[in-house]
Amino acid sequence: MSEKMNVLCLDNITMQFGGVVAVDDLSMEVNEGEIVALIGPNGAGKTTAFNTITGVYEPTNGQVSFLGKPVVRNHPQGKMKKQYKGSDAEKFASEPVLNPTPDKLTALGMARTFQNIRLWKTQTVFDNVLIAKHMLRTSNFFTAAFHANRAEEEKQRAEVLELLRIVGLEEEQHEPATSLPYGKQRRLEIARALATKPKLLMLDEPAAGMNPQETAELTAFIGRVRNEFDMTILLIEHHMDLVMDISDRIYVIDFGKLIASGTPEVIQNDQRVIDAYLGVEDDA
Amino acid sequence: MSLWNTILPYILSGISVGGQYALIAVGYTMVYGILRLINFAHGDVFMVAGLMMVYFAAAMPLYAAIPLMIALTVLLGFTIERVAYKPLRSAPRMSVMISAIGVSYLLQNLALYITGGLNKNYPEIPWISDKITVFGATTARVTVITPFLTVALVFALVFLINNTKIGLAMRAVSKDFETAELMGIRINNVISATFVIGTFLAAVGSLLFFSNYPGIVPTSGAMPGLKAFVAAVFGGIGSIPGAVVGAFIIGISESIIKGLDTILITHGVIAEQMDFSTFSDAVTFVLLIVILVFKPTGLFGEKTTDKV
Amino acid sequence: MIDKQEAKRKNLISLAAVLAFLLLVLALDQIIKPTSKMYMLLTVLQKGSVYALAAVSMNLLNGFTGLFSLGHAGFMLIGAYTYAIFSIPSDARDTVYQYFDAAVRISFPETLGNALGGFGTALGVLLSVLLAGLVAAAFAYLIGLPVLRLKSDYLAIATLGFAEIIRAIFQWKKLGPVTNGSNLLKNFDRCSTFKLELGGATLSLSTFVPVLIATVCITIIVLLVNSTYGRAFKAIRDDEVAAEAMGINLARHKMLAFCTSCFFAGISGATMAMVLSIAQANNFKSAMTYEILLMVVLGGIGSISGSVIGAMLFISASEWWLRGLDSGSFLGITAPTVFRNGFRLVVFSVIIMIVVLFFRKGIMGDRELPEVLAGLRARRAKKPEAKEVQGNE
Repeated sequence: MSEKMNVLCLDNITMQFGGVVAVDDLSMEVNEGEIVALIGPNGAGKTTAFNTITGVYEPTNGQVSFLGKPVVRNHPQGKMKKQYKGSDAEKFASEPVLNPTPDKLTALGMARTFQNIRLWKTQTVFDNVLIAKHMLRTSNFFTAAFHANRAEEEKQRAEVLELLRIVGLEEEQHEPATSLPYGKQRRLEIARALATKPKLLMLDEPAAGMNPQETAELTAFIGRVRNEFDMTILLIEHHMDLVMDISDRIYVIDFGKLIASGTPEVIQNDQRVIDAYLGVEDDA
Repeated sequence: MSLWNTILPYILSGISVGGQYALIAVGYTMVYGILRLINFAHGDVFMVAGLMMVYFAAAMPLYAAIPLMIALTVLLGFTIERVAYKPLRSAPRMSVMISAIGVSYLLQNLALYITGGLNKNYPEIPWISDKITVFGATTARVTVITPFLTVALVFALVFLINNTKIGLAMRAVSKDFETAELMGIRINNVISATFVIGTFLAAVGSLLFFSNYPGIVPTSGAMPGLKAFVAAVFGGIGSIPGAVVGAFIIGISESIIKGLDTILITHGVIAEQMDFSTFSDAVTFVLLIVILVFKPTGLFGEKTTDKV
Repeated sequence: MIDKQEAKRKNLISLAAVLAFLLLVLALDQIIKPTSKMYMLLTVLQKGSVYALAAVSMNLLNGFTGLFSLGHAGFMLIGAYTYAIFSIPSDARDTVYQYFDAAVRISFPETLGNALGGFGTALGVLLSVLLAGLVAAAFAYLIGLPVLRLKSDYLAIATLGFAEIIRAIFQWKKLGPVTNGSNLLKNFDRCSTFKLELGGATLSLSTFVPVLIATVCITIIVLLVNSTYGRAFKAIRDDEVAAEAMGINLARHKMLAFCTSCFFAGISGATMAMVLSIAQANNFKSAMTYEILLMVVLGGIGSISGSVIGAMLFISASEWWLRGLDSGSFLGITAPTVFRNGFRLVVFSVIIMIVVLFFRKGIMGDRELPEVLAGLRARRAKKPEAKEVQGNE
């Protein structure tokens, strides 16, 4: 499509829980510098797809590539083979299964936020971001334990402060993370993800539970993050306003299946999308 | 002598010990099923039941002592739940577990104070303590009746859980605490009922268990308690038949390990004593770790998944 | 910048306080004679430092990493035995291992003492102590492989089980040449024999050594908790899923916390052997783990200074202050029928239940001593101000 590098690519991802197909043969891609949204009605399988990409779930079939390299791969096997309902069961059968834990994927450059904010509750705003820097340490256990890594520690602290300044949480850095208002907690979660210096930022329903004004602020914030960090962003969202405002491209899924993809204008006028969101007559 | 003949006595005594563990294990598994709490004090309640029997039997005839002991044990179980666990209903699970450990510590120290740390002889109970001969081996009658009594009690319990209103409530609460509460089930009554049933079985268990042993000390409850809990985990925690099967397996393994030297020497596998009996307690935990590593939900447990 | 200077100042104050405390202990060690009434203070300091280290190391796991382990007594047992086995001098070996042919025929304090004199003995003791920690950590690694995947209470019961298995293994007759079976180990270098010859004078070190070991170890744990790894441990405790998503390798970090905690548990076991002059497997039952856990709870889960205070209070109360409850009269009340053997522990367990039920945060909550002191100072500084305002009116 474009000259830009392919950051994330899903090939025929199918996720089946027993007999229930939560994600059905989903293929999509995210290119460098893009903001891509994955949308769909409640229960369409968005979060499941998200968890499959980030290594929380092992997909039943399919492959996820990150920065051009396959990082997650599976094919139906064992008990799943018999009850597999998706297509292309054989596509990846000859290749080795890849099933990394989430931290391995984060180390490669994927960082995420959570739908139901998961900050470290007993830690301060500053420490929440600082802990995310742990991954980037070069010191080993013993040098760290005896505080022989002063230089690295100072550098990381300075970076965290800078990051907090950019996201506008500098004032609150010594507060407990949970004392922040909801919108700021979201922001902090995004700052925490950015602290891992990701190549791809993945936001799981960042506007969940927000009022229109907070949503508008968040939209502006995400736009700023993209510009400021040259970030590639994949987001799952429910709020149409936010998605239409900032997305370069949109993928729509319903009942786990991809039903449409394209620019916001294309999606807004797609009859299948309208049906899926508003319900077809005979459904109602 | 055939292998079977050498092992049989150990299996029989294992079944008997297993029956005693089963009666304690049911209490653990029911409490865990509903509160997700390892009730560390359960083994000590069992010990207290034994001690009460010692003191009551000295003061009154058995037909009064036994019901009184059972009634007071049940009251003790009920009180522990109300005082030590109920206030912590919304606290983290670790706090409740710590409270249980605290109660266990208190009961042991209380027993130490009252008995002065001396070994108390358990009263002879006519008929069940009588010696009888089975398969040419002399044993107390209690050894033989324990497994039957256990199975009968457990059947009664399963019937209660499947066919009564309180049983239905128990099943609902163990499936989903919050929803059950929203559906108007009185959670606290259900939990109290669980403790009452659990401690009742432990009281009966103590009667059978201590009749077989020379005496009771304040720590007598700790090890059988732990083993019964392991039995409950082994069978799949929350499952009553699982706890019973687990208890029999643990009782038999323990008994066989105790006699392993004799068995192996009789059959010429080893030439001298290996002192495997040192591991008669440890084998329980080996079984526990094996099951936790290979099938963490136990033999009959249901699988649960965490949601992200 | 100001922050940094302030932090430096605070560190210096803490260091000075620790050094002053150590000097005080050294002085007490000389002043208080075994015949003195105050000798109880030294006993409390000795036992207290053993349990303080044990409690802090348990807190590292249960309080800071959120791994509820109940295997502590087992790892202390390993430490105590390792220390004892490698410190029994050759001429005492046959008396100790009277039913077995001792397999370990080296004593670090003796060998190094012969080569280097008094300094060598000290080095040998240190070596045995370190080895005690390392052996405990090695066992922890092997045990951690299968059990650290388990969640909360399953982990608790599995570690408890392993501690019981360890106890059985160390009592097994077939290992008698190493562990002396179910008989106790004794006659090794112990607190009562620790002395320093300075010119003509002899300094007693019997309290100083265990206190020093505990202080050094606890300081290291404090440093660890405040390092990037310590923060990662706390992240795992607060939210495991988020920690993993932020690139923290759960298996590796849990293992690190487990092995570190058990390393220090091993050292506290070694110190316990030194203090008690014996090592016997039967002392390390799960009841010991429970007691340590209760100390941690008393002091506050997630506070290192809390654990130290909890352990010291626990030991002082049970060994010293509440003694009267066991021997007839307490606080001037004489009632031999009530205050008899065991009453002390009953009162004590009631106190603990009250803490567990009504003061769930313990003495310190999750705060540390410097924070609390700073808070008190701030409050005191405020009070006179308030008075002044009243005066002006």
